[in-house]
Amino acid sequence: MKLVGKLLLSIMMVAVASVAMAGTLERVQQNNVLVLGVSEGVAGFSAPDSNGRWTGFDADMGRAVAAAVLKDPEAVKFVPLASKQKIVAVSSGQVDLSRGTTWTMKRDGKQGVDFTVVLFYDGQGLMVKKGLGVTKGTELDGASVAVVSGTTSELNVADYARANNIKLETVVFDSKKEAFNAYVAGRCDAFTTDVSQLASLRAGASNPGEHVILAETFSKEPLAPFVCHGDNQWKDLVTWVLYGLIEAEEKGITQANVLEMKEKSTDPVVRRMLGATGEVGSFINLDNDWLVRAIQAVGNYGEMYDRNFGPDTALNIPRGHNNLWTKGGLIYAMPIR
Amino acid sequence: MSTPIKAFIPDPPSPPPAAAIGVVHWLRENLFSNWFNSLLTIASLLLLAKAVPPLVSWALVNAVLTGGPELCDGTSGACWSFIGAKARVMLIGTYPAELEWRPLAAGVLFAGVVAATVSGRCKKRVLTAAWPLLFVAALWLIGGGAGLEPVDQSMWGGLMLSLGLAAVGILLSVPFGILLALGRQSKMTGISSLCVGFIELIRGVPLITILFMASVMMPLFLPINLQINNLLRVQVGIILFSSAYIAEVVRGGLQAIPRGQIDAAKALGLSSWMVTLFVVLPQALRHVLPSLIGRCIALFKDTSLVIIVGLLDFLGMAKAASQDQVWLGHEVEGYVFCAVVYWVICFGMSRYGRSLEKRGPKHNN
Repeated sequence: MKLVGKLLLSIMMVAVASVAMAGTLERVQQNNVLVLGVSEGVAGFSAPDSNGRWTGFDADMGRAVAAAVLKDPEAVKFVPLASKQKIVAVSSGQVDLSRGTTWTMKRDGKQGVDFTVVLFYDGQGLMVKKGLGVTKGTELDGASVAVVSGTTSELNVADYARANNIKLETVVFDSKKEAFNAYVAGRCDAFTTDVSQLASLRAGASNPGEHVILAETFSKEPLAPFVCHGDNQWKDLVTWVLYGLIEAEEKGITQANVLEMKEKSTDPVVRRMLGATGEVGSFINLDNDWLVRAIQAVGNYGEMYDRNFGPDTALNIPRGHNNLWTKGGLIYAMPIR
Repeated sequence: MSTPIKAFIPDPPSPPPAAAIGVVHWLRENLFSNWFNSLLTIASLLLLAKAVPPLVSWALVNAVLTGGPELCDGTSGACWSFIGAKARVMLIGTYPAELEWRPLAAGVLFAGVVAATVSGRCKKRVLTAAWPLLFVAALWLIGGGAGLEPVDQSMWGGLMLSLGLAAVGILLSVPFGILLALGRQSKMTGISSLCVGFIELIRGVPLITILFMASVMMPLFLPINLQINNLLRVQVGIILFSSAYIAEVVRGGLQAIPRGQIDAAKALGLSSWMVTLFVVLPQALRHVLPSLIGRCIALFKDTSLVIIVGLLDFLGMAKAASQDQVWLGHEVEGYVFCAVVYWVICFGMSRYGRSLEKRGPKHNN
């Protein structure tokens, strides 16, 4: 397996070198479609609805980019990719943009892809029953925790317990579903895996209201959409469209009021981003209405989050780290000027 | 005056003793013939008593049959309305809603040709023409082009994709496999070693590896502007894999034909091509029909592996559909539905294979 991996990598290197020169923006404009790599179905991020339409956070992200570049949020071709395929699919130019994936040094530096903006700070969290009355992980001293075997979550829990000087008894299971069922049945006091997974499993439980996901996380899983390494023009474009959505939330620009804001706002930053003054769109090879179209398509970052993870959805993931920096989170857009 | 002849009137036969007929006898004979069997029977009954009631109450008694996802919250039974809501996605995937009639029409055509083939009433010549025509028509209907709006391959999915991959796979890998088997028997060293090499190479690696090579590795070797469709690459991979196995099955049949028959046919003045076509192959294929059908069933089930290269076939779509926010937590119902559909199709193929075996050489040569 190691050997195969090395072989694959070395071939990838060669391929990457030959790919880097191609212009993704020209290709997207020429084909008049954005090819977006999505998952094979992960609740909240990308999954087909009952009519076969792709929905979710990653799908919305792709529609925003398509609206900015191609003036049509529906000009997106959704390509489901297995997690083993997604990196190669981007580095070999099969897809133009891929779903949010954990941003790591190896992927960024060695595997031929470039990450854009972290849109979702995922991380390992804890779920407990409401009746327990626990609000912080440190209150779980002496509790038993269900974890999935062969994952880093087992190590993370141990580190967390040691760092906080508490005792946690880990009970290992083969699959997420199995671990979750054991926790629901009362064999364990708590259950741990990535927060987005916790939320998805909780939503499928017979009584979701019984379980609470604690706000703190103790591992880094920053999910960022990524593009082919070396195509800076395309990377800049995607990056700034996503920053635009974040900045829009900060400035209170929504899907509903975006046109009104463009007409009436006196805030110079808002006027610049929405193309009422200046021409920031040209910095990323787009026209002046780039961000207006993107916001019209999917709303600002907060609206996108609420639609897919918000309190009205089955997942109901608290904003936590994914709140704006002004509200105690990590979501921060670079200045648009 | 005559005395009536004493007629012999036999007593009506008395029924066999109660222990030798009916339910009691059957039970004794089959379930309680000795202490070990009795023990097994009782153990099985206990096991069934433990397993069946919860299953029935889950699948039938407490099940929700219709209605929205909110009705399923809080029930302890199955949520079959999930299947109803997701049937569209599981059958045709993310195919555009306004063009749904096209895969439907292709499905009707497919069912028609299958029915004609299974009924056995159609002429062989008609069927040989019908299948390739069906594929052209189905590909045109589903993929578009030539007057129809094109629909990209990334939108094909569900049962439609599984059946398509399997049907094309079977119809191309059988002839290709026969050619490989004949090639392996060839006296020309070049051809035979090529065939042996191909067969052993393919049989030496798992299907997953071939799919990975086709889907993940191949794009790295190709120039960036030459993009071969992912589905096509996977389909070719499946055909290569299946034909290597079919070649070995057919070789078994070829070796079962006695040498004398070939000599006799040659003595009658048949060319070696004619010997193969009219004497060896018809008999060989008849010998290996059960294993050939087995390979076809296996190939249909193998298509569910394509999920690992991001093609959402029937099983993959069932899995993806259970990730819809509105319907979370119903993957079990989806898997049960998939199992039933897979079983029906595979059992149908297996019955058809039996009927082919029974039909005899006159109707099927």
